[in-house]
Amino acid sequence: MKFLCVGCDEPMGVRSVEGPDLGSVSVTFGCPVCGHQVSLLTNPAETQLVRSLGVKIGGGSPGGPLETVRTALGEQREGALDVKDEAGLVWTAAAEGRLQRLPPIARPMARMAIARYARERGLTTVTPELMDEYRSRGGF
Amino acid sequence: MPKRYRDIVGDGGSNILAQVEERQARLRTRMASVRKKVAVTSGKGGVGKSVLTANLAAILAAEGWRVGVLDADLNGPSIAQFLGVRGQRLRLSSDGVHPAEGSLGIRVMSMDLFLRDDRAPLTWEAPSPQGSFVWRESMEASALREFLTDTAWGELDLLLLDLPPGAPRLPALADLLPDLDGGLVVTIPSEVSRLVVARAVELARTHGVELFGLVENMAGYLCPTCGSTGDLFGGEGSAAEALGLQPLGRIPFDPRIASCADRGSPYAVEHPDTEASQALRELAGRLRARLSPEGGAR
Repeated sequence: MKFLCVGCDEPMGVRSVEGPDLGSVSVTFGCPVCGHQVSLLTNPAETQLVRSLGVKIGGGSPGGPLETVRTALGEQREGALDVKDEAGLVWTAAAEGRLQRLPPIARPMARMAIARYARERGLTTVTPELMDEYRSRGGF
Repeated sequence: MPKRYRDIVGDGGSNILAQVEERQARLRTRMASVRKKVAVTSGKGGVGKSVLTANLAAILAAEGWRVGVLDADLNGPSIAQFLGVRGQRLRLSSDGVHPAEGSLGIRVMSMDLFLRDDRAPLTWEAPSPQGSFVWRESMEASALREFLTDTAWGELDLLLLDLPPGAPRLPALADLLPDLDGGLVVTIPSEVSRLVVARAVELARTHGVELFGLVENMAGYLCPTCGSTGDLFGGEGSAAEALGLQPLGRIPFDPRIASCADRGSPYAVEHPDTEASQALRELAGRLRARLSPEGGAR
């Protein structure tokens, strides 16, 4: 899919990607000549179709091993994967999945902040509940 | 005249083509350490592909081959059960996800290892389950590609891929895995199975997939008490000849094959002296000769 600024007859480039939020992704394209911007807003079915293809609109680095399996399974066995970070913390599959839903640029910082929050409490496992707790206290 | 699609280079920054190429490159890199990749396939369900796969893996592993098994049946995974690795926790490292390991060192990857419990079907997170027919197959293809690419298989002499039933499965796998060495076709001696398998064979041929030959499973009943044999099905004539495939073996049914499978213990290893085990070993020998004409694993 490509976008063309009709007035300038120039191809538009990706400016930003937001979401998925409630099943919708917002991709904004801009014209390099006149600056005109348009946003592509996907419906949930379109979002899911793109997700199923394993590609990322707007680009981005691969999301790590078994990204689809780890993050998109409807019902996943807790502890199927032994996911330890450098600090020896175990991220449950559900917690890892939750993290993967964040925009790629935000993940490292969120991972670091939650890991610090867990260590400060003497915990060794990061769960979705702990992430909720961290968020309710003003985190990400 | 305004620019058309083909006048514009790139896609504005998503680089979808580059993403797909990068994905394929990672798959090629991973598969470079796997010497042979063979699919066990059939158009028909219920012909015993998975039990056959588990026993072949066990025989070759017992002979010193480094064997991996990928359970490509994502909706009805059974290989983890048959090879006794259910419930194993998988380890994630910088090299990928380390597969489960069975008693003979067989490396196993299966969706079974990820599903919540014994009753949980394979479902995908989605805003709504409606319309899943549009994207479900793509999701499964994506998961299968990840199992191939992101599993830290290590050095393998053979990766067996146990495919789900359905004629398009083997051609679809060949698209995903261009250096697939070939397929082992499984049928049972019933007319309906031959009919269904014939369509799958035809589709694989039109797709240019190499077929090593045909295995007739459940070819007769072997009584474990008196040792006598009898027919289970009424199919007549050579199925392999009818399908234009090389006959690779006829495996009689022994009830202990099923009970061993249920216990996660490969029958051919547990009961090496039976007629069915002998037939399985001959099949493994023909496959080995096909993959390594010079003999040996490497």
